[in-house]
Amino acid sequence: MTSLLAHPTTALFLGAVLVAILKGQARSVAALVAPLLALWLVWQVPEGIVWQTHFLGVEITPFAVDRLSRLFATIFSIMVFSGALFSLNQTSRLELPAAFVYAGSAIGVTFARDLVTVFLFWELMAIGSTLVIWSAGTRRSYAASMRYLMVHLTGGVLLLIGVTAFIAETGQATFGAMTPHSVGTWFILAAFLVNAGAPPLSAWLPDAYPEASWSGTVFLSAFTTKTAVYALLRGFPGAEILVFVGLFMVFYGILYALLENDMRRILSYSIVNQVGFMVTGIGIGTEMALNGAAAHAFAHIMYKALLLMSAGSVFYVTGKRKCTDLGGIFRTMPLTAICGIVGALAISAFPLTSGFISKSMIAQAAADRHMTVAWLLLAAASAGVFLHAGIKFPWFVFFQKDSGLRPPEPPLNMRIAMILLSVVCVGLGVFYEPLYHILPYATDYRPYTADHVVTQLQLLLFAGLAFFVMLGWLRRTLTISLDFDWFYRRLGPALVRIAEAVIEAGRAAVRTAVFDTMRAVGAWLVARHRPDALLARTWSTSGMALGVMLILLAYLVGFYVL
Amino acid sequence: MILDHLPALQVVLPLISAPVIVLVRRSRFAWLMAVAVSWVAAAIAVMLAIRVADAGVISYALGNWQPPWGIEYRVDPLSAFVLVLVAGTAAIVAPFSRISVVAELPREQEYLLYAMFCLCLAGLLGITITGDVFNLFVFLEISSLSTYVMVALGQKRQALAAAYRYLIMGTIAATFYVIGIGMLYLMTGTLNMADLSVRLADVTDVRPILAAFAFITVGIGLKLALFPLHQWLPNAYTFAPSAVTAFLGATATKVSIYVLLRFYFTVFGTTLLFRAMPTDQVLMLLSLLGAVTASLVAVFQKDIKRMFAYSSVGQVGYITLGISLANTSGLTAAVVHLLNHAVTKGAIFILIAGITLRTGGASGFDRLKGIGSRMPFTSFGIVIGGLSLIGVPGTAGFVSKWYLVLGAIQRGEWIVAAVVLASSLIAAAYVWKFVETAYLTKPDESSVKAGEAPLPMLAFAWFMVVLCVFLGLDTSLSVGGARAAADFLLGGLR
Repeated sequence: MTSLLAHPTTALFLGAVLVAILKGQARSVAALVAPLLALWLVWQVPEGIVWQTHFLGVEITPFAVDRLSRLFATIFSIMVFSGALFSLNQTSRLELPAAFVYAGSAIGVTFARDLVTVFLFWELMAIGSTLVIWSAGTRRSYAASMRYLMVHLTGGVLLLIGVTAFIAETGQATFGAMTPHSVGTWFILAAFLVNAGAPPLSAWLPDAYPEASWSGTVFLSAFTTKTAVYALLRGFPGAEILVFVGLFMVFYGILYALLENDMRRILSYSIVNQVGFMVTGIGIGTEMALNGAAAHAFAHIMYKALLLMSAGSVFYVTGKRKCTDLGGIFRTMPLTAICGIVGALAISAFPLTSGFISKSMIAQAAADRHMTVAWLLLAAASAGVFLHAGIKFPWFVFFQKDSGLRPPEPPLNMRIAMILLSVVCVGLGVFYEPLYHILPYATDYRPYTADHVVTQLQLLLFAGLAFFVMLGWLRRTLTISLDFDWFYRRLGPALVRIAEAVIEAGRAAVRTAVFDTMRAVGAWLVARHRPDALLARTWSTSGMALGVMLILLAYLVGFYVL
Repeated sequence: MILDHLPALQVVLPLISAPVIVLVRRSRFAWLMAVAVSWVAAAIAVMLAIRVADAGVISYALGNWQPPWGIEYRVDPLSAFVLVLVAGTAAIVAPFSRISVVAELPREQEYLLYAMFCLCLAGLLGITITGDVFNLFVFLEISSLSTYVMVALGQKRQALAAAYRYLIMGTIAATFYVIGIGMLYLMTGTLNMADLSVRLADVTDVRPILAAFAFITVGIGLKLALFPLHQWLPNAYTFAPSAVTAFLGATATKVSIYVLLRFYFTVFGTTLLFRAMPTDQVLMLLSLLGAVTASLVAVFQKDIKRMFAYSSVGQVGYITLGISLANTSGLTAAVVHLLNHAVTKGAIFILIAGITLRTGGASGFDRLKGIGSRMPFTSFGIVIGGLSLIGVPGTAGFVSKWYLVLGAIQRGEWIVAAVVLASSLIAAAYVWKFVETAYLTKPDESSVKAGEAPLPMLAFAWFMVVLCVFLGLDTSLSVGGARAAADFLLGGLR
């Protein structure tokens, strides 16, 4: 029991309490020390089982350490630290404590070696993240947090059914590698995929994340989906269905990100896209692929946080979030722009950035297993990533037309946080050995072969060329002051428009059908359960007595007939 | 020596204290007496439970008339569990009750309430401890009659109507019950439960037994507020004095559920016809309907007492659902939820008693706006209790939900498992309603003005709240006891 004091989650939960009650300087110190303490603890605890106990009639292992859990706990701790640093001047008193509970629960999942504990932290994570969205304090964020909570409570229901069924089937609750072959494991897989942002429920992610505050989105981007990636890594390595799910997510993310106008929503769709790469890797299931998925999760948390910090800084100083309202602000926010570009290069897997050394492992694994189609799709998707996140985000936010905005750089702590993450993104791309060293499996993979670098540069150059061609053409059109929308409609004119129409029509049809049914069912239920409805009003005494008689009669007749 | 007579003392002490209270007629004395009696009763219940755990079933022949001719008191793992539950709740409710009783009742009626409280306690304990079906009927009437009086002592005019409705329904229930055992007596010539179960197995002419089964099921179903026989409950709970609601909410329906368990598993359990009939499917359907419907109705209530009263109907649905699953996990869920729900609802209703103390008896949501800042401890306690009703991990409710879902899955009832979990989300909706009113709405001129409830009341309520969390974390005692009871019941079935 005392070993729980050494649990990194304990440090973060204590930090949440301190941050909630302290004020001023002391609060800032607590906010920065707690994650560092957690990070230190992650590396202090020896590998192996630390604490086991019995709960609900099964043996549970809430605290056990191995390479995989240490890898994810490390990146989660680093992420809380940089997120806390970034959000020190957030005025909401609720957001940071909620984020600490959220991150602490995510770390709790990584150290849990039984499904019961996973479920407990899973639910806590849902509550913490909902509070993070909620604490933005706008009407939209409130509505979004409620929709978000609905999806995650549903996910929790799936997980609980799965876990209990698993225990009923096997008599134990160990969380190790499973194959989806029984009802219990299917439910567990479904619950993990809900959190990963997989279809058909992917929409919760881009719906909710952009509604959080400028700092809240940074936290949100890191934990929920990546905890799901961790859970899939541990629970379902090599489950073939994940290849298809992952590839679907990759393209879903790209398409919608290309159509989107809200800068943080673009980046949210891009999370689905990036998690798709990881899920595909897990589905491929070789040691190389799993290493790649884990490394990509590590790298992705860093550069996606960096991108969202950059977007969050813009939002913080301008209060604007739509690409059409922004542009030309690199003049007064050079640092934010540079950091955003570093993040954009990293997500595009540009050589010498963290994305390059991680994503290529997944593609290599697909090639090694001769999964030609998957490999081709992944390669095509890499170009797509460059288009939507690598170029689109920095170009429309920082350059493009001159929007007339002259915002200042964000406060010092936010700049430091961005510089820190930029250094990590480039540092990991150059000195990748330490990361490879802590991956779940030993690897001697070399990312910087001439062949690989040239291939990737070619890919990016062609994607960039496509953009540059249109860019020149865009410059011309700008002179006749055409609106941004026009550009959109000309970007891959036929393809995008058709895709948009088809997807929107399909989505609208499904949405109308689902919403109409839900509304009808809801109205029907409300009509029957309102205080004056039959089921809720006080019945007269004779009415009650009559009811009792009828039921007795039903029983007697029933027994007579049977 | 005296320890051998604990089973009799368990019932007799509260029973004789009632006339003593009526003779003395002093409200302060009445209160002290009620506290003393309920504490002693709780101590006896705990001692009995320990003895049962150590030495097995206790059989006590009342007046030394040997069973099956005399009345037998029987303490087994299940009844010991329920005895602790009932007496324990009484011991917690009695001490603080004075504060709310003084505020709510005219002085000359106070002693009456305590007399009825002791009688009701005696009745509930008697139902639980007796091994004789007719003796059970007598105690059922004692507890019911005293309950009607307690509900009628509520100071709103609707309290009388609620008590009257409850009286009619309760009388129908008792009549059905006594008709049922009459038929059983006709066919077997015995009233002792253990003896009944042996003899019923040999009865060849099953039709009267089936009729008896129908009468008893409906009669007990009424008392335990099985959907759709729950109509008496919401008004009775809403308009009764707050302390009474806290006591009844935690115990009354639970004891009736105990009776149902006894009849289903001990008395009828051995008969083949019981297993041939689709009784479990019917019970399962009604339980699920009750859990969903009552929770939905609760969502739309405008009065917090009434909302949680409907929630009780829904929670009873979970308990009977566990019974209908008829496997170890399901029964464990049912028995452990008897306790978990009693603790949760006990805490909630005591806290509401504190609120009504400050509002002068009103419990509508319009008076609770912004109560989170006016009565922070009370509100937070209700939220934790609410989390337990939802079944959030870390609270007692989660443990019950867990075993219920496990039991459903072990029986292959996937839909049941899904409905249970979905209906717990409805519970989230009505608990959210309180959170929204208490924390997210600005207080206005109709909101509660004064501060927290008096310390003793808060202390007892928070004891229950902490217990509610404790039972969610350490399940060795609660689930241990419940599992022993479940195994015991299923042992009778085999």
